[in-house]
Amino acid sequence: MTEYSILQTGMARNFAKDHSLITNGGNSSDAMVIIGSEAAIAFKSIRDRAAKIVVLVELDKEGLGEITGEGRALEGSNVLGFARFRLGDGEPSNLVEVVRQPKTPHAVIDAAKDIFTAAGLQVALCNDFAGRIIDRLVRPYYNAALRRLDEGLASADDLDTTLKLGLGYPEGPISLLERTGLHHHFDVSQALFDSYGESAYAPARRARVAKQRQGK
Amino acid sequence: MDIKTIGIAGCGTMGAGIAIVAARAGFRTIVFDTRIDALEKARKQTSGFFSKSVEKGKLTRAQVDNITANLNSTTQIDDLAQCDLVVEAVFEDLKAKHDLFAALNKVCPAHTIFASNTSTLSITEIAAGSGRDDRVVGMHFCLPAQLMKLVEMSPGIKTSDSAFHAAWDCCVALGQKPVKTKDNPGFILNYFLVPFNNDAIRLVESGVAEAADIDRAIKVGLGYPMGPLELLDLVGLDTQLLLCEALYGMTHEPRNACPPLVKRMIAAGHLGRKTGRGFYAYKNDAMFGG
Repeated sequence: MTEYSILQTGMARNFAKDHSLITNGGNSSDAMVIIGSEAAIAFKSIRDRAAKIVVLVELDKEGLGEITGEGRALEGSNVLGFARFRLGDGEPSNLVEVVRQPKTPHAVIDAAKDIFTAAGLQVALCNDFAGRIIDRLVRPYYNAALRRLDEGLASADDLDTTLKLGLGYPEGPISLLERTGLHHHFDVSQALFDSYGESAYAPARRARVAKQRQGK
Repeated sequence: MDIKTIGIAGCGTMGAGIAIVAARAGFRTIVFDTRIDALEKARKQTSGFFSKSVEKGKLTRAQVDNITANLNSTTQIDDLAQCDLVVEAVFEDLKAKHDLFAALNKVCPAHTIFASNTSTLSITEIAAGSGRDDRVVGMHFCLPAQLMKLVEMSPGIKTSDSAFHAAWDCCVALGQKPVKTKDNPGFILNYFLVPFNNDAIRLVESGVAEAADIDRAIKVGLGYPMGPLELLDLVGLDTQLLLCEALYGMTHEPRNACPPLVKRMIAAGHLGRKTGRGFYAYKNDAMFGG
């Protein structure tokens, strides 16, 4: 397994202290995993980062290119971004989206996969696009579900039941958004709308209402 | 209204599955198709399904004998004259459904309810060609119907409450789980699934990630049983194109527009599992490239 050290910054919301990704970390200077809300800022203070096999930086809504810089689609180094997928207040999943750049060496990707797999996580590799994979797919779907609920396509229960029974989804979209926080959906969807300008990402009315009521 | 005899018009995969559901629930069931070879194929598939049900201990041989005694097939539309409910599962084409219901309208008594298993067409538009648009309901079973409980039920604009409720009660008596939806393109399932799958195709198309990574993300991150690209390979890219054309034609919603990659894959013969290649390559039904 690739040996690595952990650098925890700000709030580490997605990894508990006893998570294997944390406990597997040691003092090795071969590789580094930077986690927490200030990971992108902390990255700049890592002086010997070019000498490492891989540097993994936890991302929130930012892209990897904002951290590394970009040029002519030839960017790519030993630095990768990653995000453990979770929906709002829901529990983090075991899926880590690992963000690469066009010229990222294969050995760097392999080392990242090695580290995450050893921590019991599964990796989905993607290029550096806002929303990565899952948010790009689910946010338009959730917005459509909320809009169609407003338009009376079916009751909330029937929408949820249909998607559970018909497609085997573990939870319907309405109950999922209620459980994990409609206001969180607003935040993610609005950020995607800002990035792409596509109406499918425009937060649905019910998400906007939830956001406006947050904290009141 | 007491429904005792159910007709199934069209015995492709869906029709044969719905017939199994009806006969298994104790209804006298008459399957109509003009193609005798299609009826024979369905009969063999049905027999195989019930044999497996016995092997798995879900049904006894005596129960299967009773069920198959309920199940009749015919190439004569006049034989549907005894039906209280006829479910059509013919080709997804408005004219084909109009022609069928117009013919059935002459054959069936006034009380007979016509149900359409359409997944994309408007119930109101189908009903408009039936001669009895107050007694036409949407009754969309999921594939494979003999295993899936869900039925999307939709009234058309002119559907009477009594006809809709009688069909609903019958659906419950079939052992199914009906959900009510508006007469909306794609109802619930396809309304959400078709653009979701298109979005996944567009991620591949635009180089966001490879198919296997997208599918893994969706399965592990959200707990879905299949990734969208695995599912598309199973359903067939040609079917996705048809669904897109139907939904986009009615809604003009950009997410329903068929991604260009689908048409290129179809042109290349990469339709999915049935041609051995889609987003993944297949050999002897085993998946490669994941």
